[in-house]
Amino acid sequence: MLPLLLMLSIFMLFRGHNLPGGGFIGGLLASSAIILQMVAFGPKVARRILPVNYLILAAFGVFFGALWGLPALFAGLPYMQAFWLPEPIPGVGKIGTPVLFDIGVYFTVIGVTTKIALLLVEEPILFPFPEMKSVPVDHQEEVA
Amino acid sequence: MTFHLFIPIVSPLIGAALAVLLHRQWVVVRALTLISVLINLGYGLWLMSVVPQSGPLVAQASGWLAPFGISLVADGMSALMVMLAALLMLTTVVYSFYSVDREREAHFYYPLLLLLLLGVSGAFLTGDLFNLYVWFEVLLVASFGLITLGGSREQLEGGLKYVVLNLLGSTAFLFGCGLMYGFAGTLNMAHIAERMATLADPGLQTVLAGVFLFAFGSKAAIVPLFFWLPSSYHTPPVAVTAIFSGLMTKVGVYSLYRVFGLLLQNELAIYAPWITLIAGLTMVIGVLGAVAQMNVRRILSFHIISQIGYSVMGLGLASAAGLAAGLVFTAHVMIVKMALFFIGGAAEQINGTGDLKKMGGLARREPLLALFWFLGILSLAGIPPLSGFIGKLILLQVGVSQQAYLITAVAAGTSILTFFSMLKIWNEVFWKKSYEDVNRLPRVRFGLLAPGAALVILSVALGLVAGPLVEYNTIAGQQLFDRAAYITAVCGADGCEAVYRAAVK
Repeated sequence: MLPLLLMLSIFMLFRGHNLPGGGFIGGLLASSAIILQMVAFGPKVARRILPVNYLILAAFGVFFGALWGLPALFAGLPYMQAFWLPEPIPGVGKIGTPVLFDIGVYFTVIGVTTKIALLLVEEPILFPFPEMKSVPVDHQEEVA
Repeated sequence: MTFHLFIPIVSPLIGAALAVLLHRQWVVVRALTLISVLINLGYGLWLMSVVPQSGPLVAQASGWLAPFGISLVADGMSALMVMLAALLMLTTVVYSFYSVDREREAHFYYPLLLLLLLGVSGAFLTGDLFNLYVWFEVLLVASFGLITLGGSREQLEGGLKYVVLNLLGSTAFLFGCGLMYGFAGTLNMAHIAERMATLADPGLQTVLAGVFLFAFGSKAAIVPLFFWLPSSYHTPPVAVTAIFSGLMTKVGVYSLYRVFGLLLQNELAIYAPWITLIAGLTMVIGVLGAVAQMNVRRILSFHIISQIGYSVMGLGLASAAGLAAGLVFTAHVMIVKMALFFIGGAAEQINGTGDLKKMGGLARREPLLALFWFLGILSLAGIPPLSGFIGKLILLQVGVSQQAYLITAVAAGTSILTFFSMLKIWNEVFWKKSYEDVNRLPRVRFGLLAPGAALVILSVALGLVAGPLVEYNTIAGQQLFDRAAYITAVCGADGCEAVYRAAVK
């Protein structure tokens, strides 16, 4: 499922400007690909798929997305006013600042949702009260 | 069209994202935070210099036309609030440099502050009701992070109350948005204001006003929706409490002013007696709640509530003059309240506790700190020639001129109670002899003293040169109450309905 879902997510990402899809949906699909791996093989395997700090990935997405609103500001237009390339690129579609913004959203959504899912699964390590003993993840899996 | 109106939103957003990306270099993070806040401050000052003459400035996001896209509108009140938010954030950032531990800094303390500034600036500038909700969420999420950062037991306890009760308010706000959209068919504030005049369903309009009063009232901590505030504000670090006291409840007050001043002007006449009653109760109950407390920051937290009563009283007077007076007072109290939190917090850090019984003797040990505290409480109580005097004087004048004698008397009486309550901290922390040897306590560092001192000096200056402030706010109050000018600024001379009709055809 992993390559299939990732391909679908990228398809959704570029399809999204005038049709259902876009950075948010694409990002959700990509992160669900990773989360499915985590459900099937555990968080260690899932972390190996995309070995980055997801928080940094999310921040990068925000930065990247916000960046592409700026050209309009420098051109004396309202923030996020769209700029498009005159000709569509074959196979990808029309490219302009909204697509680049969507790519930023894509990374942010992957980063945030995957980070949340991983935190929930790996929670015992980060459990706030050390005086309460928590069951390690591996044991829970054996019980299940 | 003022395309650069987005700067106060873009600068903290990019600043926060970069600060997370570069979170290992703490020098870079601090520099980024400072630069973003300074950009906002400069832009806010520029806005304040322009807006009184030019009327509301407007920008349409992505260039989408007004009733369809999201508009940003900066009128006198927005400009003042954007500037104040940046100014208060600047003092908080400086205070944080000297007081916040490395552990918190490493866990995205400064990016969270910037996100808070982002949410607050967005809320002050937006001209769209649902967008206001979104900015509220942004600032609330950032504040959830800030209030629980550190994860100690009492922080989590306070944070839980804070989160749950704020979510309740947000839900009510969302209900209100939905009702409004179903009722008026639009969420653009100018368009709503225009349609409100023609739609005749007084019952539903009154319900809408009630929902918004509850929603923003719980954010602003009015009676009886205030209890989340004193139970959570004393738990995070001093800098966080201070910026919360300066900004969070005031965003609620701002939204009340905006929604009742612009959208539901007709309902304001109906609700005015109730709002005034709530204002009076908020003043008195806030001050009385402080009496029983024996912790510096808890006392100050109750006083936030009491002061909110004065801001709401400006709204209850239901006139441009009343709103202007409320704005003067709100601006004053944002500055002074934060100053008191900074100074009280510095005293707390020297003593290592905020418990009044265990503190003492600081007047001899730290005379400067004591001096600024004393000036601060004089200003809060409203002694001339400090800014609190001006703020209260104008409010009381408007109250008397509108024959609202009862609320005016309550407001005046509460001032005396406020002063008594503040003197308690003065006596316990600064004046009485300490049980311990005061000379063993650490000296206050310059960075802990300077932000509070700067704000107190600003308060003194505003009191001495009150003319421009009052003039500015008179214009801001008129702009806030002037529906026609707002609609013209956002949608053009023909109004939003004309643009809407033309596009729908």
